[in-house]
Amino acid sequence: MVKIKMPKVQEALAVTPALPPERAAPSPAEGVPPSDFVIRIRNLNLWYDGTPALHDVTLDLPRCKVTAFIGPSGCGKSTLLRCLNRLNDLIDGVRMSGSIHVSGQDIYDPFVDVTELRKRVGMVFQKSNPFPKSIFENVAYGPRIHGVRNRSDLDAIVQKSLERAGLWNEAKDRLNRNALELSGGQQQRLCIARALAVDPEILLMDEPCSALDPVSTAHIEELFFDLKTRYTIVLVTHNMQQAARASDRTAFLLQGRLVEVGSTRDMFTNPRKSETQDYITGRFG
Amino acid sequence: MKKLFRSGEPFIWLTGGALGGSLIMILGLILLIAVNGLGFFWPSDVALLTLADGSKAMGQIWNREAIPTPGEAERSVEHRLQIHVGNRELYGQDFRWIDEARIERREWPEQTVLLERREWGSFYGFIREVRTEGRAVAQGSSDEAWNAMLPLLDRARALWNEVRALEKGPMGEIYRRQERNRLAVRRVRLRHGSEEEIQRLLKESEAWGDKYRRVSEEIGRLRSEMNRSAVILETAQGETKEIPLSMIVRAIRPNALGVLGKCRVYAQRLWEFASGDPRESNTEGGIFPAIFGTVMMVFIMTLAVVPLGVLAALYLREYAKQGLLVRIVRIAVNNLAGVPSIVFGVFGLGFFIYLIGGSIDRLFFPEALPTPTYGTGGILWASLTLALLTVPVVIVATEEGLAAVPAELRQGSLALGATKFETLRRIVLPSATPGILTGMILAMARAAGEVAPLMITGVVKLAPTLPVDGTFPYLHLERKFMHLGFHIYDVGFQSPNVEAARPMVYATTLLLLVIVVGLNLAAIGLRNRLRRKYHSTAF
Ligand SMILES: Nc1ncnc2c1ncn2[C@@H]1O[C@H](COP(=O)(O)OP(=O)(O)O)[C@@H](O)[C@H]1O
Ligand SMILES: [Mg+2]
Repeated sequence: MVKIKMPKVQEALAVTPALPPERAAPSPAEGVPPSDFVIRIRNLNLWYDGTPALHDVTLDLPRCKVTAFIGPSGCGKSTLLRCLNRLNDLIDGVRMSGSIHVSGQDIYDPFVDVTELRKRVGMVFQKSNPFPKSIFENVAYGPRIHGVRNRSDLDAIVQKSLERAGLWNEAKDRLNRNALELSGGQQQRLCIARALAVDPEILLMDEPCSALDPVSTAHIEELFFDLKTRYTIVLVTHNMQQAARASDRTAFLLQGRLVEVGSTRDMFTNPRKSETQDYITGRFG
Repeated sequence: MKKLFRSGEPFIWLTGGALGGSLIMILGLILLIAVNGLGFFWPSDVALLTLADGSKAMGQIWNREAIPTPGEAERSVEHRLQIHVGNRELYGQDFRWIDEARIERREWPEQTVLLERREWGSFYGFIREVRTEGRAVAQGSSDEAWNAMLPLLDRARALWNEVRALEKGPMGEIYRRQERNRLAVRRVRLRHGSEEEIQRLLKESEAWGDKYRRVSEEIGRLRSEMNRSAVILETAQGETKEIPLSMIVRAIRPNALGVLGKCRVYAQRLWEFASGDPRESNTEGGIFPAIFGTVMMVFIMTLAVVPLGVLAALYLREYAKQGLLVRIVRIAVNNLAGVPSIVFGVFGLGFFIYLIGGSIDRLFFPEALPTPTYGTGGILWASLTLALLTVPVVIVATEEGLAAVPAELRQGSLALGATKFETLRRIVLPSATPGILTGMILAMARAAGEVAPLMITGVVKLAPTLPVDGTFPYLHLERKFMHLGFHIYDVGFQSPNVEAARPMVYATTLLLLVIVVGLNLAAIGLRNRLRRKYHSTAF
């Protein structure tokens, strides 16, 4: 397996140092040892031009599990997701408070290398966005950016990533064709492969199936079961069935607040909050 | 009625009519130029006219028009002919108007010879005698005389070409070397350099002087050989005229030529027009230097304007903080495109030529002063002036191209850990290339047709040398150049022989059109290839 070089600091930090006591999660999820939380969000507030979008979100996400963010449109799911790889930095007028640790590192620390963070925290977007290049170049884009030059290394990375994204068999004979010739579902899997190619720890997926047909959706949902053996997945969806089928844990957001978080089974069979109950049973959203 | 109006039917007719009108106007324009320009090269038959008073006139009929009678416009049935009689040294002018009523007889004698000459324009007449070295080879206007003249003519033309090659090649080289040496001596003196250096340079100059003498002897020999043969012609009126064969560019007998033969002559003349040097203060011969100058100027302009415009647009769109200031800059840039071009010319003169060119001269060419090197108009300054003129177009088009790159693509790249610069370079710029090329196409189209600013930044009526040639450093950006647009103006309005030059104006205009369209098509082709590559349909 080809491994992209990782800085020492990160390996050292991967052991997850203890957080300050006052920051400890108020309600640790049952059945998950605390050291297995890769992402720790504490008292996160976020404003767009002064308009609050996230309010006091405190949430831990476990390693190598699929966590689903559900909630009605506009409740802040995408916003929360974009906080995790600092893609919100690109938007003018965003202000935030609170902290987010990824593998023990405060990602909003001024000394953090954002490109390094984004390499660790990959993202797949709602609308598939392959680059107008060949399939090969799409997958090789990230590794090239991060300094992989050797052609045989690149070949190996591309093959492995496409295999993991379940696209290798369809794409192996047309690696040099333009990626835009692929179907919608294939394009989305290509985007997953592209994210995997830089060897991330975490995969953020913002409604990855919302523009896809049911067959392609099923295809990608199946992928989650393979992927979560290696990657921590955060899945934003407004499709309740998808959350129920594909995720291990679910967080329910409403108007920028985290209402409830727990194992998906508990959440869907036995929600603790009445808002969750209402949303799941389809009374609003 | 009202219902009809509301249905929009008349509006559709109106819109269709407007489009049709525009198309007809453009087509008419092109047709007019093409007919007038392309007809010029056709070797039409030569008429021999006998007039009522017994006198004769011979020439090609170029035009026929009704004679305007004052007050009786519609009843004027009388026509007159415009005859291109040539023989300028005899008649003083190239054309004669002859009323049809005065013409007794029209003939088309096969023996009529039309000579295109290096000087004095065309000559119409009959061969009386062909002679070399003072003795007659053939006499009379028979085929025999014609056939005897042809090989001699070829020989004379070959010699003339040889002389010309010597003058342009070795002779020009010697001139330039000696000039360079002279300047080098001055430079050494200015810097109080060593006396040995000066002696060495002077010796070199002497060597070049020897070479000069040898070449000019050779040229003298060729010239005397070239001038050995001549043809004596008799005009329709009976005057005779001896013309050295070396002065003849082309001799034809139009009336004896079949359609195929005429086509050949036509192709030859067309080719000469596109590839030859001008003669007779630009009213005859070719316009190659002007074509070359135009194309080269457009290329230099493009090389300058595209990087400048793209970088400026990148800053404006990608890096500058979007706000009031950027909005003002953007508006200013857009308005710059509407400034009259002569204003840019004046700016180019003041800034590029006097300020920058003058400084370059003082710093690097002090020995040539007061003769300016860069401190005078030249192809570089003209190109840069036009680049300034067209940079708003490139900025606007590039900005649009950048804005049309989907935000998802940028985010996709950034989310993989690419920096903003890497994203720009690898994703945004390639996707914006069609937009950039659109800007380039517009800039080229505008620059190729612009004349006013060039007139004060380096265009001349006749440039002795091309901006590119075989002498080091091969590319001479300081040289003055010729330009098709200016050529049209010059030939059409400044030439001593406007009537004769008119077809040249049309032909040159046609060529300018062809070149502008050609440059555009090339750029559009390039853009389409790139567009296919990037699957972008935004433009
Ligand atoms: N770039 C932005 N600028 C301003 N407001 C935004 C921006 N993106 C999202 N918002 C606002 O933040 C809130 C949460 O949006 P989002 O996170 O996209 O919701 P979701 O993904 O759950 O549908 C919405 O009210 C939306 O209007
Ligand atoms: Mg969203």
